[in-house]
This record gives sequence, C-alpha cells and structure tokens, in this order.
Amino acid sequence: MLQINHLTTVDAKVSLDDVSFLFEAGKIYTILGRTGAGKTELLRALMGLNPLSHGNIKLDEKDITEEPIRARNMSLVYQQFINYPHLSVLDNVAFPLRRQGKDKAQAQALASTMLATVGLGEFLQRRPAQLSGGQQQRVALARAMVKQSRILMLDEPLANLDYKLREQLREEFPRLVADNAESVILYTTTEPREAMELGNTMIVMHNGSIIASGAPAELFANPPTKDTASVISDPPISFVSGFVRNHELYFSEGHLAPSEGLVLPEDGPVTIALRPDAIEPDGVFNAKIGLSEFSGSQTIIHLDFDFGRAIMMVEGIETFAAGDDINVSIQSEHIMLFAPDGRNITLRNN
Amino acid sequence: MNKFYHTLKTIFLLGWSIFVVFPFLWALSTSFKDANAITSGATYIPWVDFEPSTQGWTSLFTTGSQGINIVGPFIDSAVVTLIASLVSLILGTLAAYGLSRFEYRLGFVKNSDITFFFISQRIMPPIVLAIPFFLMLKELGALDTIFGLVLVYIALLLPIAVWVMTDFFSGIPKELDEMAMTDGCSPIGAFFRVILPNSVPGLVVAGMFCLIFGWNDFFFAFTLTFTETQLLPVSIVSLNSSVTPWWSLSAFALISVAPLACVAVIVERYMSRGTMSGAIR
Repeated sequence: MLQINHLTTVDAKVSLDDVSFLFEAGKIYTILGRTGAGKTELLRALMGLNPLSHGNIKLDEKDITEEPIRARNMSLVYQQFINYPHLSVLDNVAFPLRRQGKDKAQAQALASTMLATVGLGEFLQRRPAQLSGGQQQRVALARAMVKQSRILMLDEPLANLDYKLREQLREEFPRLVADNAESVILYTTTEPREAMELGNTMIVMHNGSIIASGAPAELFANPPTKDTASVISDPPISFVSGFVRNHELYFSEGHLAPSEGLVLPEDGPVTIALRPDAIEPDGVFNAKIGLSEFSGSQTIIHLDFDFGRAIMMVEGIETFAAGDDINVSIQSEHIMLFAPDGRNITLRNN
Repeated sequence: MNKFYHTLKTIFLLGWSIFVVFPFLWALSTSFKDANAITSGATYIPWVDFEPSTQGWTSLFTTGSQGINIVGPFIDSAVVTLIASLVSLILGTLAAYGLSRFEYRLGFVKNSDITFFFISQRIMPPIVLAIPFFLMLKELGALDTIFGLVLVYIALLLPIAVWVMTDFFSGIPKELDEMAMTDGCSPIGAFFRVILPNSVPGLVVAGMFCLIFGWNDFFFAFTLTFTETQLLPVSIVSLNSSVTPWWSLSAFALISVAPLACVAVIVERYMSRGTMSGAIR
C-alpha cells in the first residue's frame, strides 16, 4: 500500500499542489492528464527525483520520504526509451538485479526469462541501438519489471511508439505486468482511451492536482467537474455557455436547447457540455461546417453554431465540405450541465 | 553529376593529403641527408638524388660535440606529459561531471562562472603565468624538477579536460543517471557504472588534447628548468649551433611527433564511435 500525503513541489517544471492519494497493492492506476498536468512530476516526486517542499510518502506505513532513490523499491519506465547503451540487452535487464546483490549467473537467468516474457528472447546479446523503438521500450519495461518492485511506474511508455505498435503493446500490457501482480502499478497517459482500457482506477490530474479519481466507466459517465470532463473526453467534449430561465434551457437568447429527461437547476447561467455523440446529422439546429477530419472509422466534424462551437462525430467515413451549412439534432441524453464554478450539476429524471 | 562530384571530392582530398603529408616526407628525406645533400639544392629521393646518411639519427643518441642524447629528455617528457595528463583527466572528469549534473551557488558564483574560471586559465598568455609559477616552484623547491613540471602542467591541462568533458557530459541525458539510481546505484555508482563507460569518446578527445598540449609545450619547459631536467622541446633548441644541423632537426622532429601519431592512430576508432546511440529515444 502506497500512501501519499499533501505532496507539494516547487522546483519542478510543473509544481505539484497538495496531492494526496492511497494506492492499493495489486491494482493498476492510470493517471490521465494533459501535457503539463503534473503526471511526470508526481512519478518523479515518488521516485525521489524531484525534491518535495511539503508532504510525505509512506510505503506499507513506513515513511520513505527521505529514503535515497535506490532504496525506494520502485521502478520507473520513462516515456523516452532509456537503456544503457554500453550493455547488451541481457545485461541491461540484469543490471538492477546485480545491484540487488544477485550473482551474475542468477541475474542473467532471471533477466533472460523476463526478456522471453516480453518477446525479446532472441535478442539477448544485441545492443539497444540495434533494436527497433518498440523493442527498446520492451527492454526498458523488462528492466523495470524484473526487479519485482513494490511500485512500478510507467510514464507514458507508449507515447513515442507508432500507432500499430502502441495498439499491440497496449493489448499485451496486462500480460506483461502479470508478474508484478502484487505491485502498485502507476501508468500515466494523455490518452483517455488508454487510461480507461488499462486502469482499474483512473486518476485525473490537472494543473498539478488530482481533480478526480474512480472507476474509468463511472468517471466517464459522471465527471465531477468540467475540467475532468474536458480531460477524459476524446474526441473533445464541447462546452457552450448557456442559461436556465423559467425551467427552460437555452444555448443563448433565442436558441432553446433540448432538455428532455434533464432536471434543470434554478434560473441562472450554466455551461452546457455536448459530447461528440450528442450531435447527429438532420435536425433543427443549423450550423456551418468548419473542419472535417477522419479518425479511424469515424468522421469528426467541427461545427459553428450561432451560439458557439461544437464537435460532431459520425460513424464511417463521410465527406463534409468546409463552409457548407448542415442541420443537426442534439440529443439531450448526451448533454451535461456544469455550474459556473465547474461542478457537474447534471441530474436526470430517471 | 554524382560522378563529377565524386571526382572533384577525390581530387580535393588527394591534394589535401599531399599538403598534409608532404612536410613529414620532406622531414624524413632530410633526416637522411648530410650537409652536402642539404646545400646542393632541392633533392628528394635517396640513392637517386642524394646518398643517404644516418648521421642525423645517430647524432641524437650520442653526447658531446657530435650531437645530444635525447633519450633522457624523451623519457622526462613522457613521464611529465603522461602523469600530468592522467591526473588532469581524472580530476577534470570528476569536476566536469559535478558541473554538468549538480548546481553550485556561492554568492554570485554559479556553475557557468566556475566553468569559465577553469577556461580562463587558458585565456591568459603564458608569460603572465610564468613568473608566479616560477616563484611558487622556487618556494616548493621544485624548480628544475619533474615534480614541479608535473604540477604546472596539471594546472595547464586541467582546464582543457574540464572544458571538453563538461561539454561531453552535457550531451549525455540526465535521465541515464536517474535510471541508474532507480536501478539501485548510488550517485557515484551511477557515474562509474553507467556514465563513465559511455564517455569513452569524450575521455579520448580530452586525453588527446592533454597529451598534445603537454608534449608540445616549450615555454614552461624552458622557463622552469635549467640543467637537471630537460624536456624534448627544449633539448631540440640545444641542437642549434653556428651551422643548423637540418638532418638532426628533421630526425628529432619525427621522433617528437611519433608518440602522438601512434596514440592518435590507436584511439581514433574510439573518437569516431557514437556510443550514446540507443541510450534514449
């Protein structure tokens, strides 16, 4: 069990601001946030690479805040594939075991087994530079896992890989980390899909703070704040400044918004969040097409309404010309409402 | 177009090689001449243009009026240069690692100021340093000794080592040190087990610079020694008399250049190898 209390840093690129959390052993925690949210800084602070100005870190009730890096029983895989260029793949993975005091033969035997697990059993004597990017990252992953540390931290480990390789490693990830089942696994990413797919628990970071945490599906369905909704939505969620008046929801003056099934708050300003699947072709809302882009098997269309901008997603590859008018409908079941202070105030009748 | 470019390149490189190698061939040819062959116009090929003589070479290993024995100065030069270079390289590498990885601040003095302080030692003209060095060695009783010269050469070579190695270490990602520490190394262990083995090209370049500057220095070898200790560049001057013995000077020059040329050939492959590939992507 890893407990962090009020972690605060001031010297890092992005400062951590009073971050507290309790991590349980045997779980995968995905830490989701945009670039500059403080994900890497959190891992570096845990590892002891960034000094804390406040707070403490406890591993199994033992305060390790002042422990030297090498004594923390943690492993870290960087976003860049960092390996020791002067050592063979086998010696790279055996390196931490040798530092643990294992003799050479034992270390190499364990390293060899781990390399076979990550699919590099044939490349033991190669140098990292002789491997592809994906293979280099597997070496880094094997080196981190072979130590069987209590905490395994992976800092956007797939970010520098091409799309295909990323998909492949993402699929393999649960099998790869199976050996570390008793560890706390922290996995940072900027991709909501990756965070939801891999994590038992998802932690959302923004501006150096944890702004939400919970089961990925629950967080996606009910993001507690506007910032959380913004971070976990891909394609991006659209926010329109609206208001409630006389039990009616308006995008702007004269533009009534659909509100069937929604329990509207008291009269006053609200932020209306439109998920990309809330907007569908054909309907009463007129918009101008700004940009149309393909994402896999979907088409994402940027729309300019009179009351603001929003993104629509349709299945399949559709061609929309920029500048054309389009009529769309907006489904109230995919609308969320946020108070001016950012709280999610969406309530539904059922 | 490609062929034309290739031909042009070959011609240029051939011309440049001749330009670089010619002085050595000339010195080699001259070292086997005698006074007659030297003064009878430009001659190049032994046995064809002139009758070769070994006088130039033998005079370097005899004492008295026939020449000077350079074995002593050669050994002195080798000892002073090797010890000073080695000590400079060790101290310089450690200092450079500290300067590239840790932040120091004492009042207004920061890392960049300390690095500049080291380099500034080489900016000063040697004559400015000569008198202080002379007085300090005199106080230490180390004038005209190998020990004294080693001390002075360390002071002269250390900035070169610090300069080259600081630049080299700055090119090694700090994440490599961090990774070594997360893998169980202490900061010093990370340096010796990971950073140093990956710094061979930098060490070779710094070492070569130290050897070249140390081996070729004339000024301090001349001003800080009298009769007991004599280094190679100084002893060459003593060959000069009313008649300049060009044959001996040429042989001497080739002997002086030989050690550095041998070292350069041996370490060349380490200088050109980019060992950091595969460290970080």
